[in-house]
Amino acid sequence: MAERLLEVAELEVSFATEDGLVRAVDGVSFALHRGEVVAIVGESGSGKSVTVMTLMGLTRGVNSRFGGSARLGDRELVTASEAELERVRGAEIAMIFQDPISSLSPVMRIGDQIVEQIRAHEKVSKGAAMDRAVELMERVGIPRARDRARNYPHEFSGGMRQRVMIALALSLSPSVLIADEPTTALDVTIQAQILQEVKQLSQESSSGVIFVTHDLGVVADIADRVIVMYAGQVVEQGTLEEIFYDPQHPYTWGLLGSVTRMDRPPPRRLPAIPGLPPSLTDPPEGCHFAPRCPLRFDRCHELPPLQARVPGVAGHLDRCWLQAGDKRDRREVEGQIGLATEAVA
Amino acid sequence: MALDPAIGPDAGSGVVIGSDQGSGGAWEGGRHAPAVGPWRLAMRRMRRNRVALAFLGLFILIVVVCVLAPVYSHDIAQIGPNQNNITGQVKVGGQEKDVVAVDGTPIGPTFTSHYFLGADTNGRDLAVRLLYGGRTSLLIGGVATVIIIVLGTLFGLLSGYLRGVADGILRPLMELIWSFPPVILGVVVGTALALGGLGPIKGNSVFIPAFIIGVIYSPYLGKPIRGEILRLREQDFVDAARAQGMGPMRIMFTEVLPNAASTIIVFIPLMLAQALLLEAYLSFLGAGVQAPNASWGTLIADGLNYIETTPTFCLIPGIMLVLTVLSVNVFGDGLRDALDPRAQVRIKT
Amino acid sequence: MARFAVRRALSALALLFATSVVVFGAFEVIPSYNPAQAIAGRNATPTTVAEVSRKFGFDKPVYTQYVNTMKLVFTGKVIDYQDDLNVVDQFRKRFPVTLSLVLPAGILWFGMAVVLGSVSAMRAGRLTDRVVMVAAIVGVSIPVVLLAALLLYFFAYKLTWFPNTGYHGLSNPVQWAYHLILPWIALAVLNIGFYSRVLRSGLLDMANQDFVRTARAKGLSRGQVFRRHMLRNSLMPIITMFGLDFATAIGGAALITEAVFNLPGIGQYEASSIGNLDVPPILVGAILTAFFVVLFGALIDILYGLLDPRIRLTG
Repeated sequence: MAERLLEVAELEVSFATEDGLVRAVDGVSFALHRGEVVAIVGESGSGKSVTVMTLMGLTRGVNSRFGGSARLGDRELVTASEAELERVRGAEIAMIFQDPISSLSPVMRIGDQIVEQIRAHEKVSKGAAMDRAVELMERVGIPRARDRARNYPHEFSGGMRQRVMIALALSLSPSVLIADEPTTALDVTIQAQILQEVKQLSQESSSGVIFVTHDLGVVADIADRVIVMYAGQVVEQGTLEEIFYDPQHPYTWGLLGSVTRMDRPPPRRLPAIPGLPPSLTDPPEGCHFAPRCPLRFDRCHELPPLQARVPGVAGHLDRCWLQAGDKRDRREVEGQIGLATEAVA
Repeated sequence: MALDPAIGPDAGSGVVIGSDQGSGGAWEGGRHAPAVGPWRLAMRRMRRNRVALAFLGLFILIVVVCVLAPVYSHDIAQIGPNQNNITGQVKVGGQEKDVVAVDGTPIGPTFTSHYFLGADTNGRDLAVRLLYGGRTSLLIGGVATVIIIVLGTLFGLLSGYLRGVADGILRPLMELIWSFPPVILGVVVGTALALGGLGPIKGNSVFIPAFIIGVIYSPYLGKPIRGEILRLREQDFVDAARAQGMGPMRIMFTEVLPNAASTIIVFIPLMLAQALLLEAYLSFLGAGVQAPNASWGTLIADGLNYIETTPTFCLIPGIMLVLTVLSVNVFGDGLRDALDPRAQVRIKT
Repeated sequence: MARFAVRRALSALALLFATSVVVFGAFEVIPSYNPAQAIAGRNATPTTVAEVSRKFGFDKPVYTQYVNTMKLVFTGKVIDYQDDLNVVDQFRKRFPVTLSLVLPAGILWFGMAVVLGSVSAMRAGRLTDRVVMVAAIVGVSIPVVLLAALLLYFFAYKLTWFPNTGYHGLSNPVQWAYHLILPWIALAVLNIGFYSRVLRSGLLDMANQDFVRTARAKGLSRGQVFRRHMLRNSLMPIITMFGLDFATAIGGAALITEAVFNLPGIGQYEASSIGNLDVPPILVGAILTAFFVVLFGALIDILYGLLDPRIRLTG
């Protein structure tokens, strides 16, 4: 197996708010290896963004609390000092954000924004840093990079800005690249290009990529492994094939069932998971998904299920009280994977 | 570090839940929490803000005390606010003392029912004048604030919603008033109107300064309201109302205005504080409350002449004014935090 | 740029015209307003008053009076009614005093507000922040008159650290500053309070901006993120406020501070003229203020354009 870059174990993040303690991330564990693309999937508010931002120390604040560990090589990120984190950010872990329009400073030239990052980590002259910035911009496919470096973000299109963000993220060849819904704010046609770009560039530099998204179509395109998050917890993780063809958790079935597929006949109506995500200030006892799960039984409300191995498959973990055989019998709706909503009356 | 941003625009250390749910404030996890309206939420936050409530209490206390001025004047001090007493005497600690000494020096604080805070050079009871002055100041401030709210809202609503001709007339008018320093504008108009009166209102009426202050500050509300209305009129619910065939007047008052209400409310204490201060400045410069009436502003101005010998003349009305303005400001801050959708991070420790 | 200049110049002219008409008109509504009587003196005979009235043109229709007065203003020949002094000369003589008061006070209030607002935002929710914000809200609640009186009482009369009132020319810079320290503070405190509150809340808004998060994700230090990305964008609102406040203050809006500390600046001249219903100085003062407001408004817009490339100057 390839070199392990990042190991997250029982990570916990909570925020003290007016309405009580919000447990945004509740015991998340996963690993990232060199050359691998791991996708974190979940609805808004499932804690996926908080998880990755915590890796960079971007969720630190007066009212946030942390637990567990996240190790980058020998470095513990959760307890690292701010100075130590500053060295990691941008150089060893870099991030591409969701909205390229607001993620670049409106009052600074593009080139300078890249130069700023290079010079934050390396002692190089402005000229040399600018040459590198132009080179990076060319690499991500920005034409006339030398001239464009003198432009401001508002003079770029959305897709071009996201390319700039990628150039920024790659400027110091980080070992871990985090992409937080990098294509959500873009046109569909641009999305595919940007995805291709991310995948190709990360392979060239053999870094590990964490790809945060709620779009399973994107996941199918890019991911090697998939982590499914719900209400701050990982409910299931495994390889792309395992998650797509042998999903274990009812929530995953629901997610998969809610994707329209061109290669299958259209369903009578697009199935949706009933109910709403739980409050993170006061999560339900037992399994967090239980209130929305048509297959729940008494135990689901009493005890939180532990993350367990799917029998016979080493890397495939899920968090559900149902028996493996049971699950395989019950996850099909109209001949494809989905969550039977009718069971909940 | 406190400046650490919360995660993304919607998570948050702040848990900002505003009146405008659409623009994304609520922490997603809390969205399904029992539906609480924005007003209820604001009330809940307001109730939690003890400091703001304490200062609201202080403000109410000051208002009540000043409203009761005639009772104090009649039953305790037994002297009217404008009643001179140059030759009179007062008993202090068993001794008869001149209210105004032969050399013209007035008596200092006696801390008895008569001349509790001393007299001025005309032998008038300062404590009585302080309470009456407070009544005048608060009355002017209150009336001015009402004028500001009515005029400012009308200006903003008409010019922001109707645009076109209404905007063409109202906007330059607001800009003209706004670009002038309130003190100078107030003094010029105040002096002129104090002598000339305004229609049926006599020149020495306290409604003259109230009117002037109201007009001068109306653009300070009108401009932000206009911006808010311009934003609101592009929203879907206004289009929906238009599609239903509602007329512009009806849309303005039943659809647009209620949505701008929280902005207007946030401005009320702010404007009241500014109105109280401007009243003091105008009266200090002789363009506000006219003699023999007193206000905190005129009392400060009168007291300034004796600052070297009897600083209390100036400081006591000054302190009353500061306490009033401060209580309004602190309460206003609390109100803003409770109502403003973009209210700042409130940290619980 | 040329278009910007022309449009600004036109709107400036419109504002100056409107201002002069409003000021001139305000006094015409006063029934007891009789400048001829004022000039001729209390004991003047009706004949003398009539003569003065004719000489100054008070017997002409209002619009003729307005045109004549404006002609005199712009040729620099206008005189005030109370002392027969050339108004423009008076303003020229008094302007250095006002500038001596307002310019250092302006630097003081802007600088202090940036420091306090920044410190407060950086330490939001902690003790430093609370102390600064309590001081700021007290600062915006104290009327300048009272603050000036308090400063005078404690520092001039009680402690006698500073002289009470008066102005010394710049020829002796030490005396100049020594006499102006209290007025500077009196004028600055209110604005320090306002500006630091606005800056703090702007900075806190800024902290939640995506591009600030990007800046932190790049590995910039806290100070770099603050200086290069947050402060620059948060300064705009207080720069705008500063433009207007500074312009009106050098146009005479510092009249209260000038009056309490007995500084012979243009504000004091305006205040006494207003009391005497002496129209020409009020008119000139108002025009001067309007001029500064337009001038600084344009300067601020140019500065905006430099600070924010998205803004084009269109006037």
